[in-house]
Amino acid sequence: MLRFATAGSVDDGKSTLIGRLLYDSKSIFTDQLEAVEQASAAKGDDYVNLALLTDGLRAEREQGITIDVAYRYFATPRRKFVIADTPGHVQYTRNMVTGASLADLAIVLVDARKGLVEQSRRHAFITTLLRVPHLVLAVNKMDLVNWSQEVFEQIQEEFTGFATKLDVPDLTIVPISALHGDNIVSRSPNMPWYEGPSLLHHLEHVHVSSDRNLIDVRFPVQYVIRPQSSQFPDYRGYAGTVASGVLKPGDEVLVLPSGFTSRIEAIDTADGPVAEAFPPMAVTIRLADELDISRGDMICRPHNTPMVAQDIDAMICWMHDRPLVRGRKLTLKHTSRTVRALVKSLRYRLDVNTLHRQEGAEALGLNDMGRIVLRTTAPLFADEYRRNRTTGGFILIDEATNATVAAGMIIEGQAR
Amino acid sequence: MIDKTVTGEYRLSQLQALEAESIHVFREVVAELERPVLLFSGGKDSIVMLHLARRAFWPAHIPFPVLHVDTGHNFEEVLAFRDRLVEELGVRLLVADVVEGIRRGLAVEPPDGTRNRIQTPVLLDALEKHGFTAAFGGARRDEDKARAKERVFSFRDDFGQWDPKNQRPELWSLYNGRIHPGESIRVFPLSNWTELDVWQYIAQQSIALPSIYFAHDRQVFERAGMLFGVHEYCRPKAGEEVLTARVRYRTVGDASLTAAVRSTADTLDKVIEEVAATRITERGATRGDDKFSEAAMEDRKREGYF
Repeated sequence: MLRFATAGSVDDGKSTLIGRLLYDSKSIFTDQLEAVEQASAAKGDDYVNLALLTDGLRAEREQGITIDVAYRYFATPRRKFVIADTPGHVQYTRNMVTGASLADLAIVLVDARKGLVEQSRRHAFITTLLRVPHLVLAVNKMDLVNWSQEVFEQIQEEFTGFATKLDVPDLTIVPISALHGDNIVSRSPNMPWYEGPSLLHHLEHVHVSSDRNLIDVRFPVQYVIRPQSSQFPDYRGYAGTVASGVLKPGDEVLVLPSGFTSRIEAIDTADGPVAEAFPPMAVTIRLADELDISRGDMICRPHNTPMVAQDIDAMICWMHDRPLVRGRKLTLKHTSRTVRALVKSLRYRLDVNTLHRQEGAEALGLNDMGRIVLRTTAPLFADEYRRNRTTGGFILIDEATNATVAAGMIIEGQAR
Repeated sequence: MIDKTVTGEYRLSQLQALEAESIHVFREVVAELERPVLLFSGGKDSIVMLHLARRAFWPAHIPFPVLHVDTGHNFEEVLAFRDRLVEELGVRLLVADVVEGIRRGLAVEPPDGTRNRIQTPVLLDALEKHGFTAAFGGARRDEDKARAKERVFSFRDDFGQWDPKNQRPELWSLYNGRIHPGESIRVFPLSNWTELDVWQYIAQQSIALPSIYFAHDRQVFERAGMLFGVHEYCRPKAGEEVLTARVRYRTVGDASLTAAVRSTADTLDKVIEEVAATRITERGATRGDDKFSEAAMEDRKREGYF
């Protein structure tokens, strides 16, 4: 299964590309297509507007824009795909962040006629900030530049230069025409000079299992299972989803915050015990010793522990109308742990277009990115986001309204 | 079981990954929200949800009851199946009765006799009466374009309403289940499953289903291009000819507006083959109510529908 996010404005042909992928993989159903054809005709469009397939809300169809992330599904014989279709406008940066948070890969579209624009750079930057492991720059509308190798290579060169500043783990650049299907499913005869894979071929073959962290054992305890039944009178298991690392019965483990050590007695599932657990398996761990462990605790290895930190230095994306200012108190949710947090300082606001760091900023507004320092009421068991997307990410919640107001990525942390 | 050849590469199959994600969601809700309930229709998606819930809390029992909103327009096979399943799993079954809701004035019987839309006030009344703070639903994002936009944890205000333009951002696997008294969360553990995933999982796990999901001979009549089974609550009007056809149901809902599809698929393997090859969506093929308008689902969801 590959989760990918798509970014680019309507004009770059994003909806056409998604429509093309769905259509060519036979994932558009006839009744859906008929509904779109009818809606297009009713609006007076002289073409079938594939954007109507993904713009699911009344307000989106009325305004002709994408407001929110939509999830689409398609499959080929090789792989199942989940597309997080994110809106491209700057005012929807938060939705792009949302879509990228779980993505294995991101496709950023550019119009070959226009080349790189501010938006392409912003989208690429957000994907690297969210540590999406694979980035594809799809240079679209190649038909409108006469399939020109020179145009493509110029964009390629410019983007590669920009990408070196961003720490892009894996970059692929593909010239396409979403409208005509060139280099989408198969290699295009119109661009014989391009020797790379078609877009779908790349999506089907990109190697994602090595993107996971299999080294640092991190098992946030989500729920304690105690049946207290006649069949299982003394059963006590720690249920959770493996965040990273590989756990095996017999392994010595350390539990935070207590610091006690024990040994894994068994790793249970409803099908019986398993020999190993790795991300993202949802399992139940039994330990050899009776310890006081509850939700929010972290099981790790004695010689490989996360930081235990109350001062958190993080990059955040602010997602709410009411701006973030220093001194604000918020609820912070990190793995299975929820604590209160105080905004100690706002280091800088980041201009996502120029990457300029604006120090001395007083506030972060809706869709702003910035680096802040938080102090929490209880320690977090965390890793740097760049090393571990699961134990390095958190959300901030408004204490009065309960709205989710920010996504955070931990840069470093210190014990108090 | 975890496939050994798969574990060698530390990779989960598609169904294993989907299952793990759903189990995570179930556990998160039970850990964070005080009074969850599972909305059970007797359809395949709610049966798969119950199966996943059992696996999420094994060897303990499922730690929440199930709620069936009963329109009174039922397929008998489905009701019998429901009663067997809850007994086998040892879960408590609550029934919110739409007919009684009409008597109490919660809803008015629509002139056409279909009760899909009036399930909403009865559902909201039952959730409030029992003080449920979270309700699991079997909706999938591939079903409908409004659902494609919905969160896994979908916040509802104290009127049970969904505000699609003001949804909580949902990042990583960090779900925000915080609510004020009176508010609630609808939770969709099957959000990322497709119809085909559900069928493949049913086959892989040997999950039993009501017999109407498999091809059988039934008295049907055609209406609005769909085949409706002749039923106490769904009778042909003048000019609608009754014929016997080999059909199965792709979805199970209110018997008065759920249509059957022509099919010879009488085994799981044949159903999977059929679903993989179909060119029409599940709801498009079988639900009279979603043909009303382009935004029918969005409108119902705003009111507090499943």
